[in-house]
Amino acid sequence: MNQPVPGQPAQIPVLALGDVLLVSLQGELHDGMAEQLQHDITSRIATHRVKGVVLDISGVDMVDSFLGRVLAEIASTASLLAARTVLAGMRPAVAITLVELGLTLPGLVTALDVDRAMELLSQRGS
Amino acid sequence: MQPSGQASATSLPIGSDADLAWVRQQVRQCAAQLGFGLVQQTKLVTAASELARNTLVHGGGGRAEITPLDNGRSRGLRMCFIDNGPGIRDLELAMTDGYTTGGGLGLGLSGAKRLVHEFSVDTEPGRGTTVTAVAWVAQVPASRPGVE
Amino acid sequence: MRVSEQDAAASAPRVVSSFLEQRREQIAQRWADAPLFRSVFTVSRDEAVEACKAVVDALSEAAVSGRLEDIKAPGLDAVRDQLGRMSATLARTGSTPAQIADEVAGLRASAVELLREEFADPSAAQAQEAVLALTLLLGTLRLVVMETALDANAELIERQRQQLLEVATPVIKLWEGTVAVPLIGTLDSARSQVVMESLLEAIVDQRARYAILDITGVPTVDSLVAQHLMKTVAAARLMGAECIVSGIRPAIAQTIVQLGIDLGSVLTRASLSDALAYALGKQGIEVSRSDAGASAR
Repeated sequence: MNQPVPGQPAQIPVLALGDVLLVSLQGELHDGMAEQLQHDITSRIATHRVKGVVLDISGVDMVDSFLGRVLAEIASTASLLAARTVLAGMRPAVAITLVELGLTLPGLVTALDVDRAMELLSQRGS
Repeated sequence: MQPSGQASATSLPIGSDADLAWVRQQVRQCAAQLGFGLVQQTKLVTAASELARNTLVHGGGGRAEITPLDNGRSRGLRMCFIDNGPGIRDLELAMTDGYTTGGGLGLGLSGAKRLVHEFSVDTEPGRGTTVTAVAWVAQVPASRPGVE
Repeated sequence: MRVSEQDAAASAPRVVSSFLEQRREQIAQRWADAPLFRSVFTVSRDEAVEACKAVVDALSEAAVSGRLEDIKAPGLDAVRDQLGRMSATLARTGSTPAQIADEVAGLRASAVELLREEFADPSAAQAQEAVLALTLLLGTLRLVVMETALDANAELIERQRQQLLEVATPVIKLWEGTVAVPLIGTLDSARSQVVMESLLEAIVDQRARYAILDITGVPTVDSLVAQHLMKTVAAARLMGAECIVSGIRPAIAQTIVQLGIDLGSVLTRASLSDALAYALGKQGIEVSRSDAGASAR
């Protein structure tokens, strides 16, 4: 399903910073890439000691209900595996659109940027 | 009210994931050229994504038509999503928040409608579905159009 | 007698027309001192006289056509522009259309007085009819002015409405990491969009954790306003900031309850200072009075 597009990685890199996974989503996301990411994160949490996941979407210029659902599912799956997820860096235009769309993602913890997200995780996790 | 933009309609196929991304990019580019602001662009792209995904998932694929509009007072964008799929049996139900048959959040149609100015669905069971969404570049809205 | 009365009535417009033509200078001189012209042409009286002459000419032309009561009569169009500019000027200084119309009515007395002087016997049928015709004509002028004044007002209202929307909503940094928007006036959809966008931009710019929406200046909260507030709160939360709605006056709190509006999980505080205290407290910032001498010992 996820054919690579020139100039774009087919897979979203998942970075491990200590016991926190940092995922930077960038630009145009295909549905397949998002689903692949969901799978990658879940298996990383299951096999490594992961306390938290930071989903950085500061580089994403659109979140529709599909991506919204994927993000929420990553968070709830992670939570089942005892890891906390923070959604960081949502742009104002994206936030306005999501609210208008009717998607307020009530279960997700949010932060202004990655720094704040790491702060949040270290505060509550220790 | 001449359909002046008719000639410059862009038709895009919707048959895969990658096509959805292409539709979003085209809508973004077109909206930016027409002078839509960043928030409105984002709303349009998001609506296009929802509707194109509906066409792909429920309609079994189809096409999107993007048409720039100009009614003399304002510029706008019309997006049509056309499929020859099974159609929608209960439109009212399909337009309800949270109703889903496709495993999504059920915000596709109802959510997209909230992101644009004009919205209509033309569907017939067995004959397919055409969803039309129109948005106008927001100016300071004129309370009484036609009054100078 | 009846016949001559009818003759008088029929010839009255022409009598008025030639009167206006012959007495153009005197009428203009008198009108130039009337409040209507004086308040518009504050700098030059000569200009006022010229403007008055134009009006007199227009009325004369309208009289010749015999269409005394027709606001579309030929001639009147020529002064419509000028009257429009005049009433726009007056409107800007705060005159209502009714006041402007009254000032037009004030022109009648001086013109009628001059007209009466034209007749040896002011009580003659011919004189009466001429006065009546002039009165009708000035009544029509009053309508024309009223019409242009209302048009000018509508334009003014439209312009002000646009200005109101364009006024940048000030987002104020109250403290490191805390921003506030004082909302003033009615929150309609267009306005709340502007508010939402500027607040969210400020959250990014100031790296704010807390955003306060102060509605002290919002006259009423109905379900639509409540919806706008909740959307703004939800969008701010998605960006990682907590939103507090402050300035809910007792009367508004009652309305919210009576209308059965559910503000959901929106965090509220009675006043802006309460909201600030909450935001500071959450950030571990304590504000205390430095009592006299307490620190010295």
